[in-house]
Amino acid sequence: MNRWTKEQMAARVAQDIPDGAVVNLGIGLPTLVSNFLPPGREIILHSENGVLGMGPAPPPGEEDYDLTNAGKSPVTLLPGGCYFHHADSFAMMRGGHLDICVLGAFQVSVRGDLANWSTGEPGAIPAVGGAMDLAIGARRTFVMMELLTKGGQSGGRSKLVAECSYPLTGLACVSRIYTDMAVIDVAADGLRAVELSDGLSLDGLRQLAGVPIAAPLGDRR
Amino acid sequence: MIDKTLASPAAALADVPDGATIMIGGFGSAGLPAELIEALIAQGAGDLTLVSNNAGNGDTGLAALLAARRVRKMICSFPRQVDSYVFDGLYRAGQVELELVPQGNLAERIRAAGAGIGAFYTPTGYGTELARGKETRVIDGRGYVLEFPLHADYALIKAERGDRWGNLVYRKTARNFGPIMASAARITVATVHEVVELGALDPEAVVTPGLFVRRLVQIARAPTQPAGVRPA
Repeated sequence: MNRWTKEQMAARVAQDIPDGAVVNLGIGLPTLVSNFLPPGREIILHSENGVLGMGPAPPPGEEDYDLTNAGKSPVTLLPGGCYFHHADSFAMMRGGHLDICVLGAFQVSVRGDLANWSTGEPGAIPAVGGAMDLAIGARRTFVMMELLTKGGQSGGRSKLVAECSYPLTGLACVSRIYTDMAVIDVAADGLRAVELSDGLSLDGLRQLAGVPIAAPLGDRR
Repeated sequence: MIDKTLASPAAALADVPDGATIMIGGFGSAGLPAELIEALIAQGAGDLTLVSNNAGNGDTGLAALLAARRVRKMICSFPRQVDSYVFDGLYRAGQVELELVPQGNLAERIRAAGAGIGAFYTPTGYGTELARGKETRVIDGRGYVLEFPLHADYALIKAERGDRWGNLVYRKTARNFGPIMASAARITVATVHEVVELGALDPEAVVTPGLFVRRLVQIARAPTQPAGVRPA
């Protein structure tokens, strides 16, 4: 089986972002998506710290730390972009004014519950930031994550679960999941495969994921 | 005549008592009123409750105030950062209390205080551990959590330019919490890099109307330093 690289995952997410969309890309893996937005589509990026029309990182030497993204890295503003205060920025999310938000995740449940802010480890410093607002605010919430946890003794476990064991970020908020092996929709009646990586069968995916996944629409497997 | 300008950060903070609740603007270093925080440390008030998005970076600003052991409680959304070791140490040792609030609820609680709202239902956090023990309600089929406003005795914010009536404009994403914190505190102290004549700010572009600002201090301009981010 050919697993998709992070760049391929980002490019796949970018394909699904239509011309004219207003999008928030979460910290981490989702930030990569901005490198693959298809030319010819005008897409407005929102940053929770108060930017619409966010542009790429400035060239070295031109960083301005009064103009950063949610990860506090320097960015630029595109012509037409603007600044606003935090209550307005989160009203844009909560009020359903963003078309798409792309987030990383620790776990997603078969109902689209999301866990992405805390592993609940004792002694860890808790930090939530805008994760809960983003998860429930956009019209569609996409998750971008590897299907399985990484190495180690407890590695290789599916991040698609019947019930999230990590602290929840939001209930039934995820609409589509982009992994390194498959793209999966959260439908009203559970998970449904949209696309599989080369060489992976639906049964293979089900076995790795450990949760029920319906065949792609129009596919009677 | 109204003149809200004061000669120094020290003069603007001379009356801060022990036990005060203080909002501090900024998202990382952008909009962080570093000169006011330094003056607050020198002034000596302790047992403070701070409302700020983060809980300090490196050894300066909020981290220095925490290290000086002046803070009883932090109300914030994202204390953990790559360079938040001062807060992390105090929190693990049980020497500072933390109220963790989702960022949009933090902003809306501040806005609500400034707008005279008694409480509000928000969908953010519904069904999560950050809503535990809070009143909830299902409205039109969607779950909401009851959240209360956050008032403060002081708000310390950083703006770009102002006039003697206290009208303010900001610079880029350094605006972040400034306008809403200014509205939520009994006494708002703003630093600006430039004090201009009345009428010199475009009235169509004033971001914070002067009535929200009590004291204005001019400070020297210095480039904002990175914070909360791994060096490239």
